[in-house]
Amino acid sequence: MNSQIFHPFVLPFVLGMAFVLTYCVVGLLRVIGQLPKDDRKKFWRSLVTPKTAWANVRDLVGDCLFHVKIWKRNPVLGYMHTAIAFGWFMIIVIGHVMLFTLKPLEGIELQGVERTLPNFYYPIFFKYFAEETLIFAILMDFFLLMIISGILIAVVKKIHSKIVGVKRIMHFGFADNLIRFALWTIFPFRLIAEKTNIMAFWWLYSIDLMVFMFMLPFTRYMHIPTEALFILLRHAGLKPREPRKGYALAQIYSCPSCGLCIDACPMSVNDKNSGNTSAYFMKRLRNGDREEAQRIAETCMQCGKCVAVCPVSIESCDIKMSQREAVPYTINSDHSYLGNVEPETKGNAKVLYFAGCMTQLTPKIMRAMKQIMEAAGEKYAFLDKDGGVCCGRPMLLSGKTAEAQAMMAKNTELIKQSGAKRLVLSCPICYKVFKEEYQLEGIEILHHTQYIDELIKRGKLKVDKNDVNYVYHDPCELGRAFGVYDEPREVIENIGHLRKAKSEKELSTCCGGSLGSFILTQQERDEITTNSVNDLIFNNPDEIVTACPLCLKTFARKSPVAVKDIAEVVANQLK
Amino acid sequence: MDFGFCLSPSSHVKMDSVDLTTFNRLKETNPDINTCIACGSCTATCTAGHFTEMSFRRILLMLQRGKEDEAKKMIQHCMLCGKCTLVCPRGINIRKILLDITR
Repeated sequence: MNSQIFHPFVLPFVLGMAFVLTYCVVGLLRVIGQLPKDDRKKFWRSLVTPKTAWANVRDLVGDCLFHVKIWKRNPVLGYMHTAIAFGWFMIIVIGHVMLFTLKPLEGIELQGVERTLPNFYYPIFFKYFAEETLIFAILMDFFLLMIISGILIAVVKKIHSKIVGVKRIMHFGFADNLIRFALWTIFPFRLIAEKTNIMAFWWLYSIDLMVFMFMLPFTRYMHIPTEALFILLRHAGLKPREPRKGYALAQIYSCPSCGLCIDACPMSVNDKNSGNTSAYFMKRLRNGDREEAQRIAETCMQCGKCVAVCPVSIESCDIKMSQREAVPYTINSDHSYLGNVEPETKGNAKVLYFAGCMTQLTPKIMRAMKQIMEAAGEKYAFLDKDGGVCCGRPMLLSGKTAEAQAMMAKNTELIKQSGAKRLVLSCPICYKVFKEEYQLEGIEILHHTQYIDELIKRGKLKVDKNDVNYVYHDPCELGRAFGVYDEPREVIENIGHLRKAKSEKELSTCCGGSLGSFILTQQERDEITTNSVNDLIFNNPDEIVTACPLCLKTFARKSPVAVKDIAEVVANQLK
Repeated sequence: MDFGFCLSPSSHVKMDSVDLTTFNRLKETNPDINTCIACGSCTATCTAGHFTEMSFRRILLMLQRGKEDEAKKMIQHCMLCGKCTLVCPRGINIRKILLDITR
């Protein structure tokens, strides 16, 4: 037994630890300092508000310690990550517990360990300096072996990711590969050092720790300390304002580059485009590669599936939007003609129907809605029977907020003039912007799926059930954005039989037509559409039903079965 | 003297002397514009075209004739709604081209 309190091999570890702690403190101050003033106030307040404070504790334990979201996504990866991260956490905790409780509990004289000395490297190199009691030795070995089992899965994942259910993995540069190698070897070295007490392995173990900690701030492993901060900021309800500052910066460093979004991204059907996924976007931003980040931000379809599958809940779509706003297109817009637009309807209609640009291209949806509203005996009016003003979302997507606001102001004016108290929309793209950006106090905004569902439930609309098997496609901006999953399904149950798609609800795949992307070519979009259609016809339905005119038009090009809008299907089954 | 009618100014374009740099740059970054058949679907569906003279078909024609300023002026009306791109029978990414012209 080595009865000493210091050995030079601890120095690399101490240096690394000092560096990483300093970096984290500076980084923390930087992120908080970059927050706009009102955001910072919100943040402080959220820390003491019971509701958000509870959410903070819940997510800090659930996500940072037990990695619940990864378990839900993929149990093998969940075990892999928990084994390494939780196992490591536990051997650090047990190391400290041993240091502080061993003597009074067991009454054993610790050789050389002065409990008065706060030598924080003791728990890390415990076995070299002191003797463990049996129960702690077993615990330590158990967690060490658990970590090594996790590392074995990681090695398998690196060599052949399909075994653990991952199709595509991230490709890393030199730094990320080196730090990963350091991480993988830390624990085997520790095990060998503890069991054999060969000095060389204690040195290797310590140097490995140093390499890991010195590289941590410059690699993906920075997510370990940053995620805790990100969880607190997220619960404060902040929005990223600038692509590489404040809240967004915390998100960038929280991205673990796990690559789960690569398989999820609809663009990944083409291997060439899998580099345009959120994981790579965050990496580019972290490395300060603004040009590439901008290109990826403009290629993205903003379908939000990456956000839905992200185990850290990184709001990559919002960050991409702030990147677009930071470098907007230089088109010098002149929308003064909006001032001359006259309202088409003034009167005492109760329900105002706004078709939107996309529905203008699919007049059958407009006709069906007219039929439905008439059958239900609703007092309705059209806002844009012969073409109206765009809702403003495409303009927002291009990063030109001021121009979008001019259009929104015009539409708000037209809607208020109509005097209606309910606004029904057929296009989820419009629905999103009306819900999120418009100031329409006192006016209820409904998508036609919700509206039809309500009409049927209130008995205003009578429909016949037929024998057709339908599959429902969740439009991104209706499903993932607002969780409207049940209403359309209930409507379909009333008129036919609903079959399941391969991936549904929050995992539904974008149709490929999305207005979010400015760069994707038609060919690339077609590949996405074909893949998405194959997902939908997985259970051999007779017809695909969707609730978005853009999805309808996009699918119709590639689908082997009929594609219809939900309003159309309902209108056909009216009693 | 006012006769109540007049001659319209000549719309003659000297193709030898026009500056086609914008159009050529555009052709390089967006080769799909070469496939345009000038069918006018984009113009027929244009949301802004409902209120103004906005027409992508004409914008492309103006650029081919070196009338860059006129084209840029017309683009200002665009609302970026994307209907033109959606209806294009040749699958041309019109929205991207409109944005690239001014870039």
